[in-house]
Amino acid sequence: MALSQKPAGHFAGDVEDHADTQSGLPVNKLYVPEASSRPGQNPDFSDLEIPPAGTTPKPQTDTHALDMQSLAYGLVRVLDDEGNALGEWNPNLSAEQMRQGLRHMMHVRAYDDRMFRMQRQGKLSFYMKCTGEEAIAVAQAMALEKGDMLFPTYRQQGLLFVRERPVLDMMCQCLSNSKDNLKGRQLPVLYSWKENNFFTISGNLATQFSQAVGWAMASAYKGEDHIASAWVGDGSTAEADVYHALLFASTYRAPVILNVVNNQWAISTPQSFASAGTTFAARGLGFNIPSIRVDGNDFLAVYAAAEWAAKRAREGHGATFIELFTYRSEGHSTSDNPEGYRAKNEAQAWPLGDPVERLKQHLIRLGEWSEEQHEALAEELKQSILQTWKEAITYGTLEEGPHWPVSTMFEDVYKEIPAHLRKQRQKMGV
Amino acid sequence: MAKMTMIQALNSAMDCTMARDPNVMVMGEDVGYFGGVFRCTEGLYQKYGAHRALDTPIAEGGIIAAAIGMGVNGLRPVVEIQFADYIYPGFDQIVSELARLRHRSGGEFWSPVTIRAPCGGGIRGGQTHSQSPEGIFTHVCGLKTVMPSNPYDAKGLLISAIEDDDPVIFFEPKRIYNGPFYGHDVQANVATTWSAHPAGEVPEGHYTVPLGKAAVLKEGSDVTILTYGTMVHVAEAAINLSGISAELIDLRTLLPLDIDTIADSVKKTGRCVIIHEATRTSGFGAELVAEVQEECFWHLKAPIERVTGWDTPYPHAYEWEYFPEHDRIIEAMKRTLEAD
Repeated sequence: MALSQKPAGHFAGDVEDHADTQSGLPVNKLYVPEASSRPGQNPDFSDLEIPPAGTTPKPQTDTHALDMQSLAYGLVRVLDDEGNALGEWNPNLSAEQMRQGLRHMMHVRAYDDRMFRMQRQGKLSFYMKCTGEEAIAVAQAMALEKGDMLFPTYRQQGLLFVRERPVLDMMCQCLSNSKDNLKGRQLPVLYSWKENNFFTISGNLATQFSQAVGWAMASAYKGEDHIASAWVGDGSTAEADVYHALLFASTYRAPVILNVVNNQWAISTPQSFASAGTTFAARGLGFNIPSIRVDGNDFLAVYAAAEWAAKRAREGHGATFIELFTYRSEGHSTSDNPEGYRAKNEAQAWPLGDPVERLKQHLIRLGEWSEEQHEALAEELKQSILQTWKEAITYGTLEEGPHWPVSTMFEDVYKEIPAHLRKQRQKMGV
Repeated sequence: MAKMTMIQALNSAMDCTMARDPNVMVMGEDVGYFGGVFRCTEGLYQKYGAHRALDTPIAEGGIIAAAIGMGVNGLRPVVEIQFADYIYPGFDQIVSELARLRHRSGGEFWSPVTIRAPCGGGIRGGQTHSQSPEGIFTHVCGLKTVMPSNPYDAKGLLISAIEDDDPVIFFEPKRIYNGPFYGHDVQANVATTWSAHPAGEVPEGHYTVPLGKAAVLKEGSDVTILTYGTMVHVAEAAINLSGISAELIDLRTLLPLDIDTIADSVKKTGRCVIIHEATRTSGFGAELVAEVQEECFWHLKAPIERVTGWDTPYPHAYEWEYFPEHDRIIEAMKRTLEAD
């Protein structure tokens, strides 16, 4: 494609040329990006250029970044609007694998729904849903191997479901109760699970992105073929850590997948404040990193891109930068009210649809799934989540306990408790 | 035993630990092929290869983040920040991540990173080659903060730091890299090279100096001097010039602090002078004052004195007006004696 052309898939809020209306000449004026919609407006994504499914070529894993620029400005899509899987990026999964993926996504959604309601009932202090983004974590986790290290943000709970983290343990973390593996120290949803290579989530945005590169460098240093995979949101790409991650990943050809989940919103701030009027994937090209923009609501496209990137990393070709193009259907968190900054029904206008519905449609079209099975599964997951919730609260809640003993607060600051902390613990009388 | 400068001692510490443990590697700006701008990593690239003496891009935040990830994946990275004055771009990674990993993950994840950073003034380094930011790091729970004052301790403490499973901020006073320094206006009748100083005798092999243990360098009965780094030697000169019977304590590790050694001394002398190059307000000296006051209140015969850098950025032209020289130290000691 000609670089002078406007990249495909740009969206409302992109840079428009300013011109003085009388002279027609450009004028110097501070430009402030606009949101895709604001309260009271009609949501409109008609500016968005969505390439048809199956049209994007799939390069060899050793293809040079500059020879696949069109993937950084385009959009890899496999599932079309009728639920057909098309083109070179079709990962050709078995019906069983796709049903498994669908189940994981529905499981995440059932979990999110229950936990959100429990927060609204005052049983949890805080919660964050990933509604609409389930395919991103689930499909990529399924495409990776268990020895691969995950460096998530707070919105990739799907990774834990694929790696079969017991839902009970996740709930206990959110409740900060006596069975919380983080001993009541962390906010809800900031999970950690060493046993299955899920890195401890930090409240500080983007810090894990560059740490993942270091982890991958160590893997290469030791001659292992485990890779790292890291996530960051569209808003957090503005953090310096993302620049560091890209540079270090490129300099040392680290075996890492660097994912940007572009869900259009960073709390109330539109993606246009971080995207600079182009795609996030385009940013990887300047670092000489093969970069792909993917339909994040297309389970098969997300799977295929992750599989391709993981293969590249394991073959020693280094990092891949993936922008997962999606939409944050719900509020940022339980502390957020999206109706304060965007049109009420903007999620319904999102042209890439819903990841669960799209994979369901595909399976039904293949004759491998039915509405009845779908409804039954949704009900089964809802019930099992409810049962697990009932068990989780038997181990305690935030307000009523039981919690870990207060004395454990002084542990793990250091490997051994130093004298000054022993003294403070003693003073506290615990 | 061999005669070593502090630079050679630090180099030897890294060499010894790298030889013993393939997971130990050094990384930072100019530390690899070139051997470091202060020569602390000289020869390690040639001996252990490019991947174990790793040159990095100029990005302190990126270097520390990468080291954290490496540490989580089983390595023991020894990071060099070229000057302590340039550690701030890595501050979020140090405070929010490195220091907190173990606690926030319930003990699941940790990263045994050592961060070496040349610090301190007295070298005409101006604002950005002279700072002593140790007090910023002692305020961070989860970090250990160390500052040696001589080659023997430098090597033993650095080996301890590298082998420690907790993150360690290891400040190296660059003014005394090549020899002890007793103050700009002190014509000291003592060694000015490490080869002529007893602490310049350093074992060639592996040994450790424990973290969290202070050293009583000179016994005395009238006043306790608490200090560390370059100021250990300036304080020593001041004591000698003053004729006061002062007990000189080199803290060596600031956190965890060896409060027992400190309290034993102050309870004996009843007076305490705290000396550091860093600026005064909320500096580490304030913590020492509070600890001594709490532990030794009924033994104190005089208010605790602090001799520190002024609360200004480190100046170029007024270096010796800024730097806590021996006359200021002697005056402080005398004030504590006169208060009785």
